[in-house]
Amino acid sequence: MSEIIELNREIEKLQGAEDLFFACYSDDVPQNGGVCVKYKNEQIAIFNFTRRGEWYATQNMCPHKQQMALSRGMIGSSGEDCEPKVACPFHKKSFSLKTGDCLTGEEYKIKTFPVTVSGGKVFITVTNV
Amino acid sequence: MAKQNVVIIGNGMVGHKFCEKLTAKSNDFQLVVFGEEPRIAYDRVHLSSYFDGKTAEDLSLSTIDWYRQNNIQLFLGDAVTEVNRTEKIVHTQSGKTQRYDYLIIATGSAPFVPNIPGVEKEGVFVYRTIEDLDKMKAHASKCKSGAVMGGGLLGLEAGKALLDLGIKETHIVEFASRLMPRQIDDAGSKLLQGKLAQLNLTVHLNKNTSSVLGENEITGLAFADGSELALDMLVISAGIRPRDEIARLCGLEVSSRGGIVVNEFMQTSDESIFAIGECALFNSMIYGLVAPGYEMAEVAASFLCKSDKQFKGFDMSTKLKLIGVDVASFGDAFISEPDCTSIIFEDTHKGVYKRINITNDGKQLLGGILIGDAEAYNMLLQTTNNKIVLPPNPEDLILGARGGESNVGASVMGLPDDALICSCEAVTKGAICSAVIDQDLKTFDEVKKCTKAGSGCGGCVPMVKDLINGTLTENGMYIKNVLCEHFDYSRQELLDLIKMNKIETYDQVLDTFGKGDGCEVCKPAVASILASLWNDLILKQDTIQDSNDRFLANIQKGGTYSVVPRIPGGEITPDKLIVIGQVAKEFNLYTKITGGQRIDLFGAHLVDLPAIWSKLIDAGFESGHAYGKSLRTVKSCVGSTWCRFGLHDSVSFAIEIEDRYKGLRSPHKLKGGVSGCIRECAEAKSKDFGIIATEKGWNLYICGNGGSKPQHAELLASDIDSETCIRYLDRFLMFYVRTADPLTRTATWLNKMDGGMAYLKNVIINDSLGIADELEEAMRYHISTYACEWKAAIENPEMRKRFSHFINAPEEKDPSVKFETMRDQVKAETW
Repeated sequence: MSEIIELNREIEKLQGAEDLFFACYSDDVPQNGGVCVKYKNEQIAIFNFTRRGEWYATQNMCPHKQQMALSRGMIGSSGEDCEPKVACPFHKKSFSLKTGDCLTGEEYKIKTFPVTVSGGKVFITVTNV
Repeated sequence: MAKQNVVIIGNGMVGHKFCEKLTAKSNDFQLVVFGEEPRIAYDRVHLSSYFDGKTAEDLSLSTIDWYRQNNIQLFLGDAVTEVNRTEKIVHTQSGKTQRYDYLIIATGSAPFVPNIPGVEKEGVFVYRTIEDLDKMKAHASKCKSGAVMGGGLLGLEAGKALLDLGIKETHIVEFASRLMPRQIDDAGSKLLQGKLAQLNLTVHLNKNTSSVLGENEITGLAFADGSELALDMLVISAGIRPRDEIARLCGLEVSSRGGIVVNEFMQTSDESIFAIGECALFNSMIYGLVAPGYEMAEVAASFLCKSDKQFKGFDMSTKLKLIGVDVASFGDAFISEPDCTSIIFEDTHKGVYKRINITNDGKQLLGGILIGDAEAYNMLLQTTNNKIVLPPNPEDLILGARGGESNVGASVMGLPDDALICSCEAVTKGAICSAVIDQDLKTFDEVKKCTKAGSGCGGCVPMVKDLINGTLTENGMYIKNVLCEHFDYSRQELLDLIKMNKIETYDQVLDTFGKGDGCEVCKPAVASILASLWNDLILKQDTIQDSNDRFLANIQKGGTYSVVPRIPGGEITPDKLIVIGQVAKEFNLYTKITGGQRIDLFGAHLVDLPAIWSKLIDAGFESGHAYGKSLRTVKSCVGSTWCRFGLHDSVSFAIEIEDRYKGLRSPHKLKGGVSGCIRECAEAKSKDFGIIATEKGWNLYICGNGGSKPQHAELLASDIDSETCIRYLDRFLMFYVRTADPLTRTATWLNKMDGGMAYLKNVIINDSLGIADELEEAMRYHISTYACEWKAAIENPEMRKRFSHFINAPEEKDPSVKFETMRDQVKAETW
């Protein structure tokens, strides 16, 4: 545990952020897939976009039917500029992993969180939870 | 300039269409409509659907709002009683008077009721308005038997209405020697009669009704030949009588046999008065269909707007579904040898009759009749109307190309631009194609909105769709049936590429043949291809699977899952039943018997799934693949082991087959059924493959499905032994797996296949492609590599770990999951 705290501090220093939350180990998250982490009373989805070497975090709830499901969705990209996205497993509503905008033409928006991966650990900046 | 008054008498389909047309063309008129019926214009063509669930509202063609928005004065339930032609004023029943500059008579027709003693008795109805239907409905509840007088188009519709009303014993009584005498010939009538008999509609031909029997209420019919028919109700559908009373009263020229005489501009003998629809008589003919009525509305509206459009008579070709039976006649249906050559195809087994009349030199199609299968109607009608030169084997037009070669006849894209595609709305091929190009339309809905094509009877919808796709293709906009934006290949192409290159992972497939990072469309499609080809454990690449496949269970409302253990053939021991009950109790699961003779356990938390499956597997269960696009169930009836009618042991055969194909990943789900005799209790013909016992062996049916567009499976082979049956099934299933588009059931796959069932039969039975051995080998490989996915998942700690909701609190369940209680079980909270 002390290790983690130490690392936390280190990263906090690096980013000047105080609300960095240790979510899980990077190998907990399947390649090109997602998991759900519990943060206080919130559920956050973390995606390991191995193919692009990128990590993303969003709210776990799909705003369409308020289902805690986005972490179980398939990720991929869309359009000319390869916008990274996740599709909810319920009705395939898709959201940009970068902006949280709905890409399937509805007025939904999801929260996104910055992700930091360091030393095999995944951290989320949770300022706006 | 003051607006000119246009008064329209009648708010039926044609009267309403006139309002639409005139409003669309001009703002110079003030429209005033008087309708005798209390309702706004509604669809009389599909009147019988009122009995199978459609409401009066569904049938309505417009709304009061529409009339208001277009500033049209609409008076319903107020008939015009007098027309003063000198003053140009109409008087109505309620006492209104209205001046007109132009008067449009669209009064339609009334049902013709022959002068037979007793027609006034209770329980005798006509079939014309929603009010008529309501009266029939009220009376029918106490009726066991009923008849329709008249075997024409409308009479048969009325017959369907009686069936829909739940009348057990129904009859059609026709004066002529055949049904639908105007549309079809004797042979066609005979076949149609057979079809109707299967539906419990008994047809009586050559029957001249002499009186309606009964005191106050009808008890039967007496015929001129001395016979009688006992009945509780009668619907008269003996033809129509044009509503020309108002024209007669004001001295317009009418025919002695009914109908207001009009010229090619729909003008009556008074130049400011027009008649359109079924009340109008053009060239000594009443046009009793909606499409010519709409055309008349168009002509009259154009004339008011100073265009010189003329009515030139109308093609009375029709296609309709009568009580589930396709009936079509087009062009000159009755011309016969020696004036032409007729090609006739008749299949009494399937109930299909097709006749085409071609010129003696074999170059042109003159007309024909289709019964039981009218899919070719649109093409044949276009071929007739546009005098398209026939292919060297004109019989292909009705039989389909045989031998798996080239497509049939001309394609819709080969039609001239002025070919009328939608006759209800008079939309030509040119109009549709230019709408697609000029306005950049891509879907049928867009084109329908823009051109109105397909918004009437709907008969032209398939052609409109073909035209859209054809036009897009010609313009290079529509490339082909590609998977998604990441792959420029169809599923079949991609499957071949993956197979040839022996690729085993999604990432490799994407790197080699695709672009971008994939998506929720191509990932599961490729996952299905990989599973079909290599039959490797799908959990090895879990993140390319749809959620259901990823967690080997079906996600349900609230984010819990349902669990379906395999119960082959629906056979289960009491011990296994008890285990299911115990598991359900322990994990608080809702249980329900499925349509496929299994038991579904709902409400399982993700984290509980491995424990649930451990117990089920210990009791001898396997995964039921209810979550996968793969073989679901092979439903069976109890068969010869217990049933006194059973010919063979359908349960054992169903179990053998279910075990053989379990785990087979396919483009869509697969369902089968085995019935032990012709009674077909397993409903096998509604499945992707259905096997029905015969005295000599099995009949094998393929490509059926239930779902949103039910379709019966078609016969592939009859009286075959079990071994042959399995061999054909191996070939059929593998061929489907190899060639179908993603999420395409076998029925749709077959419907899209060039050459259809004849072609598929050739591939499976005659091995016309020379791939039968390969397909069978692929199936052998599948069977030899089958493993229960759940067994593998729970035995592997890495895989087992994935079944948790919170990665940082693996034991904790999703706190947002909430249940309600209903009938002593849990149910997901409503969303």
